[in-house]
Amino acid sequence: MKAIINFASNLIRGTSLKDVYKFNGGVHPHDHKAESTARPIAKLAIPKNLVLPLRQHVGYIPKILVKPGDHVLKGQMLAEAEGSVSAAIHAPTSGTITAINEQVIPHPSGLPDMCITLVPDCKDTWGQLQPIDWRHTDKKTLVESLRASGIVGLGGATFPTHIKLGASGKSNVHTLVINAAECEPYITCDDMLMRERADEIIKGIEIVNYLLGAEKCVIGIEDNKPQAASTMTAACQSKAVSVKVVPTLYPSGDARRLIHLLLNVEIPNDKRSTDVGIQVFNIATVLAIYRYFEFGEPSVGRVVTITGNVETPQNFEVLFGTPLQTLITAAGGAKADTTHFIMGGPMMGFDLPNAQVPITKAANCIIAATPKLFPAAPPAMPCIRCARCAEACPVNLQPQELYWFSKSDNFEKARDYNLFDCIECGCCSYVCPSDIPLVQYYRYAKSEIIAADKAKEAADLARERNDFRIARIEREKLERAQKHAERAQAGKTEAKLADGAATETGVEITSSRQETESKAETNTATATDKQAAIAAAIARAKAQKLASANATGTPVEKATSPEISKTPETEAAELKAKADKQALIAAAIERAKAQKLAATQAGLSPKNVDNASPAVQEEISKINAIREEVGIKDK
Amino acid sequence: MNRSPYITDAPTVSTIMLKVLLALMPGIIAYTWIYGGGILVSLSIATTTALIAEAALLKIRQRPIKPYLMDMSAVVTAWLLALALPPLAPWWLVVVGTFFAIVIAKQLYGGLGYNPFNPAMVGYAVLLISFPTIMTKWPAPLILAEHPLGFVDQLNFIFSHALPNGIKVDAITSATPLDYLKTQLMLKHEVSSITQAPIFGAYGAKGGEIVTGAYLLGGLYLLQQRIISWHLPTAFLVALATISLLFYVGDPTHFANPLFHLMSGASLLCAFFIITDPISGPTTPKGKLYFATGIGVLTYLIRVYGGYPDGVAFAVLLMNMCVPLIDAYTQPRVFGHEK
Repeated sequence: MKAIINFASNLIRGTSLKDVYKFNGGVHPHDHKAESTARPIAKLAIPKNLVLPLRQHVGYIPKILVKPGDHVLKGQMLAEAEGSVSAAIHAPTSGTITAINEQVIPHPSGLPDMCITLVPDCKDTWGQLQPIDWRHTDKKTLVESLRASGIVGLGGATFPTHIKLGASGKSNVHTLVINAAECEPYITCDDMLMRERADEIIKGIEIVNYLLGAEKCVIGIEDNKPQAASTMTAACQSKAVSVKVVPTLYPSGDARRLIHLLLNVEIPNDKRSTDVGIQVFNIATVLAIYRYFEFGEPSVGRVVTITGNVETPQNFEVLFGTPLQTLITAAGGAKADTTHFIMGGPMMGFDLPNAQVPITKAANCIIAATPKLFPAAPPAMPCIRCARCAEACPVNLQPQELYWFSKSDNFEKARDYNLFDCIECGCCSYVCPSDIPLVQYYRYAKSEIIAADKAKEAADLARERNDFRIARIEREKLERAQKHAERAQAGKTEAKLADGAATETGVEITSSRQETESKAETNTATATDKQAAIAAAIARAKAQKLASANATGTPVEKATSPEISKTPETEAAELKAKADKQALIAAAIERAKAQKLAATQAGLSPKNVDNASPAVQEEISKINAIREEVGIKDK
Repeated sequence: MNRSPYITDAPTVSTIMLKVLLALMPGIIAYTWIYGGGILVSLSIATTTALIAEAALLKIRQRPIKPYLMDMSAVVTAWLLALALPPLAPWWLVVVGTFFAIVIAKQLYGGLGYNPFNPAMVGYAVLLISFPTIMTKWPAPLILAEHPLGFVDQLNFIFSHALPNGIKVDAITSATPLDYLKTQLMLKHEVSSITQAPIFGAYGAKGGEIVTGAYLLGGLYLLQQRIISWHLPTAFLVALATISLLFYVGDPTHFANPLFHLMSGASLLCAFFIITDPISGPTTPKGKLYFATGIGVLTYLIRVYGGYPDGVAFAVLLMNMCVPLIDAYTQPRVFGHEK
C-alpha cells in the first residue's frame, strides 16, 4: 500500500525525484519556512557587547590568548585551538576585552561556562587579513591554516572543519556531499544563503573538493526550496558538481540519510562516511571556508534565522557573541504572548535559558515560542504498541521496544536493539498517539549506559594495572632468586676449591649445584605458570573490552557526534604490541632457562653471563681463572 | 529543559479508538437491518458494563479515571464483543462477557497497553466455553424467521427470556451456516447439497453476508485512515482463502469454497477489527504477516476440525501467545547494519 502510494506520489511529482533512494519512515511536519524567507538576509548592527563562549564547538576548549583590558582587532584570535579536536575563537569586531568569566551559554544543560566578553569600539577595524592562494599552496599547509580559522560545521554539529578535511592533507574521499537539505521546520538560513550567495558557495565547494581530492560533488536540496535549487543549479559550472533535489521529508538532512538519498549508499553503522569515501559538509560551512581562503576572514559570524512569534521573521548575519535580545529586537521584537525561545528547529532544538544568551557558532535558528505554536504535551498515555514510531523511524529501529527497555532500565536489551543507532531525530515522539516523550527515554538510557561503560572501563584499567603490578613483583622475586642461586653457587665453588680436594668434591659440587638449580627451576616453573595465567587473564580482559568497544564504542561516539576516539584497529594494534612484548619476555625467560640447563648439563660454569653486571662478570672470570689453574675445564 | 520535539502530529489514542467505533457503524447498521434492533440493546449493555467495570477497576488500582475512560478503548472492546455474540443473547451473558474482558483480560494485566490477550476475544472464549448452547443459538435473520420479532419483543427476550404468546424459541433461532455445514457434513451430506438450504446466501450466510460486506467497508476506511496497517487483514484473508482453496480443490464435496469461508462467521470482523488490536498483536511488519497468517490457518482448522463452528476467538488467543516470540524473531534490519 505504502509502496503504491509512494510510487504514485513520485509519478505525480515528476521525474526529478526518480533517482532518489528513500530511507524508511520520516515525517512531514509543516515547514513554516515561508515566514522567514520573505525578506533578504540583513546585517545585524554591532551590539553593545559580545559574549563569546569558549565552548562553541565539539571538542577541547581552546586556550585563551588575551586578558581583560586588551584591545583587539576584528578577526584577531582570542583563543587558539588546543588539542586535535578544537577550534579557535576570534574577535567578531574590534574592541576591548572586559572580562573572562563564567556566563550562561546557550546549551541544553543551561549551565554557565567560560566566556570572553568584548566591548566593541564600533569602528569594526579588521586586523591584518591574509588571504591564501589555495590553488598554489600545498594541501597540508591549507588544512593546517584552517585550524586557525575557527571554522566549525555550521549545520549545528559544530565539528571543527579542519579535522574533516584530513590533517595529513591525504584523503580517500571520492564524493563530496553538500548538505543543503535543511529539513527541520522553521530554519531557512541555508535556503537564504543559497538564494543570495550561490556563486561564493560554489567557489567554496571547489576549494573543499580540491582539499579532499574528491572526484564529484552532489548538493542535496529538499524540494521545498525550489528557488535555492534553481539558483544553485545555475551557479554550477563544473560538471563535477551537481544539484540533486530530494523530497521534503524530515530528517533527510541527517548526514547518513542524505547520503543514502543521494548516492544509494548506506554507511555501515560502525563506520564513518569517510570510510566509504564520502564526506559531508554543510552549505554555510563551505561558504565560510571560501571567505577564509579568499579574504582571510576567520569565523566571526553566521546567518541566523529568527522566526516564530516575532513581528518580522527574517535571516540576519550575526556576529558571534551577539546577545539574543539584539537579534529579537532587529526582528521587530517578540510578540507579547512569547513565553521562551528555542534554539535550533522544533524537532531537535532546545529551550534557551533566557534572551540574553549569546549567538554562537551552533545557532542556526532561534524560534520565539508560544504555547499556541508549541503546545505542552498532554500527559503520556501507555504505549499501545501501534508501531507508528517504527514506521516513522528513519533508522528502522523499533522505538516501542527501545521505550519498553529504557523505561524498565533494561539497558542490555536496549543496546541489543541498537539504541545507539538512534539519532534522536524525534520522529517517533512526533507520531506517538500516546504522547510519550520517547526521545527523552532514549537519552536517559544512553547516558546511563555510557556512564556504566565509563565506570567499567575505569575498573578494567585498575584491574589491569594491578595485574601488571603482581606480574612485576613476581618477576622481580624470580630475578632475585636467580641471582641468589648464582651467588650461592659461586661462593660454594670458591670454598670447595680452596679446600683443595678437587676431583672428589667436583662431583659433590655438581650434585649440590644441581639441587640448587632444580630448586630454582621449580621456582621458575611456578612463576612462569602464574605469569602465563596472568597474561591469559589480561588478554581475556582486553579481548572483552575490544569486543564491547566494537559492539558499542563506535555507536556511542557516533551518537554523541563525531569525536575522535580510539578505533578498534589502533586498539587491536596496541593489544598486539602488548602480546608481542609478553611473548618476548616469555622467550627470554625460556632462553635463560635453556642456557642454565645446558650449563648444568655441561657441568660447571654459568654461561648466561651476558646480562650480569660488570662486577659479577669480573667475579665469574676470576673463578674461571682459579678453575683453570686447578685444572677444571668446561667440556 | 530539553523536550524536543516540540511538535506532534498524531491522532491521540482516543481519536484512534473513535475512528474504530466509526468504522464499525456500517456493520452495526447492516446488523440492525438484518437481525433487528436487539443488537443495539446488546451494544448498550456491553458499553455500560465496560465503562462501569473500567472505572471501578481504575479506582481500585488508583489510576486517574477520566483520561483512561476517555481513551474509549473499553468501548471498542465492548462493541467488538457485543457484535461477536448472538444478537438476542440474554442481558446477563453480555454483562458476564464484558466484565471478564475488561476486568480479567485488561485491567488485571495492567490496563490499556499491557494486556497480552485480546480482551474481547477472552470474553468471547469464556462465554463460549461456559455457555455453549446459548452461544451457538443464533436468531434467524428477520427475512428468514417464521415470526420476525419486533424491537419490543426482542427487548423482552433479551431481559426476561420471554417470547410473544405462541412462539417458541426454536421458531426464532436457526443454526448458522458454519454450524449447519459442520453438523450436516457429519451426517455424510455433501457440501453442494448442504448449501442449498435457505440459510445460505450467495457467498456466506443469507443476510449475514451483508453484515460482513459492511465490515469490509469499515475496514477499508480504517486502512485509508492509516489506523490499521494492510499487513494484518491482507495476510489473514489470504491465508484463510489459500488454505480453504487447497482443501476445496482437493475435495469439493466435503470442503466449502474459499468465498464461503471469507464471507461467513466472523472472518471480516476479525480481519479488520479484531486481529488489528495493536496491543495484543506484534509490531514488526513481518511479524504482522506471520501473526495474521497463523490466525487465518488456525481459524480454518478449528472451523473444519475443531469442536466449535467458528474458530476466530481461539485462533486469535493462540496467536496472541506467540506474539513475543514473533516480535523477537522478526526484527527488521536496522539502517547501516548488515543485510
